[in-house]
Amino acid sequence: MYETNMYEGMLAETVTVAAPDGVAINAYFARPLGPGPFPGVVLMHHMPAWDEWYKEATRKMAHHGYLAICPDLYHRAGSGAPDDVAAKVRSEGGIADDQVVGDAEACMKLLRSLPYCSGKVGILGSCSGGRHACLAACRTPGWDAIVDLWGGGVVMEEKDLRPKRPVAPIDYSDGLNCPLLGIFGDEDRAPTPDQVAQHEAELKRLGKDYEFHMYAGAGHGFFYHDRPAYRQQQAVEGWAKVFDFLNRQLG
Amino acid sequence: MCTGIVESTAISGSGKGPQGWFAVNRANVAYDHPFHAPLEHALTIDFVDESKGPGARVAVELSRDSAERLVEVIRAALARDES
Repeated sequence: MYETNMYEGMLAETVTVAAPDGVAINAYFARPLGPGPFPGVVLMHHMPAWDEWYKEATRKMAHHGYLAICPDLYHRAGSGAPDDVAAKVRSEGGIADDQVVGDAEACMKLLRSLPYCSGKVGILGSCSGGRHACLAACRTPGWDAIVDLWGGGVVMEEKDLRPKRPVAPIDYSDGLNCPLLGIFGDEDRAPTPDQVAQHEAELKRLGKDYEFHMYAGAGHGFFYHDRPAYRQQQAVEGWAKVFDFLNRQLG
Repeated sequence: MCTGIVESTAISGSGKGPQGWFAVNRANVAYDHPFHAPLEHALTIDFVDESKGPGARVAVELSRDSAERLVEVIRAALARDES
């Protein structure tokens, strides 16, 4: 437990990651100073962009003792103000699931290759990032934990499938081979509480290791302190659950 | 929720951004999480010239009610010119 006479130090900077398609994508990397070893977390940013909230979340992970890396999933769309790039990606119908899974795996391998990494690597995402984290954790071996913060679109209707998203993430659940923490709000419209229940039923049916927490009076994005969705008490409790889970799973 | 709701049309005209006026040739209309408006979802309109990169964008984010009223006044203004 942290005490006020302890040394704290952190490094946080932009790096590049060699993605499977040959593109060197930007990523924001933050780590505690010192030889470690430290466990790692890959952060999958939300639809509104590779933005300041996610840079802060990446540093928050480092503050809590993790090697943290947040790839710019929109890197290939060009550069500019984060919301301009995100708007371009939005107009193009988002990013392809296969590409996201590859980018996440590249980050996982990068963290694990570092001499100060303990070898344990988890993945965390919110909003579309939560959905992407589920996809990655179900499709790629090697993850040690996954945190899904209100990921919408894990349960999908057939009419919503398209070339960039040909398979609903819930249909990959059999491939999940690490513990999963899900954090949701009961006022969210995607995922709705019914869709969360559907996801949970599938995990239960498959005998997966998971824990879900549904927060009353909270909607989509309730950790976002810079948005009207912020719910202070639920966010503080939710973050505590996230770190309790990651500390247990990633040691 | 990321709705994935986006419609797009070619347009002809000009938009004014931080750097001044520029030609716009596409309007991308989405109903999804806004970047700035204090709403969970907003009707967003991006007037863009994609050939000039992501920054060539004039953006607005409107409440659903505002967007519907905007459609009405656009139609009303055009109708007055035709009458």
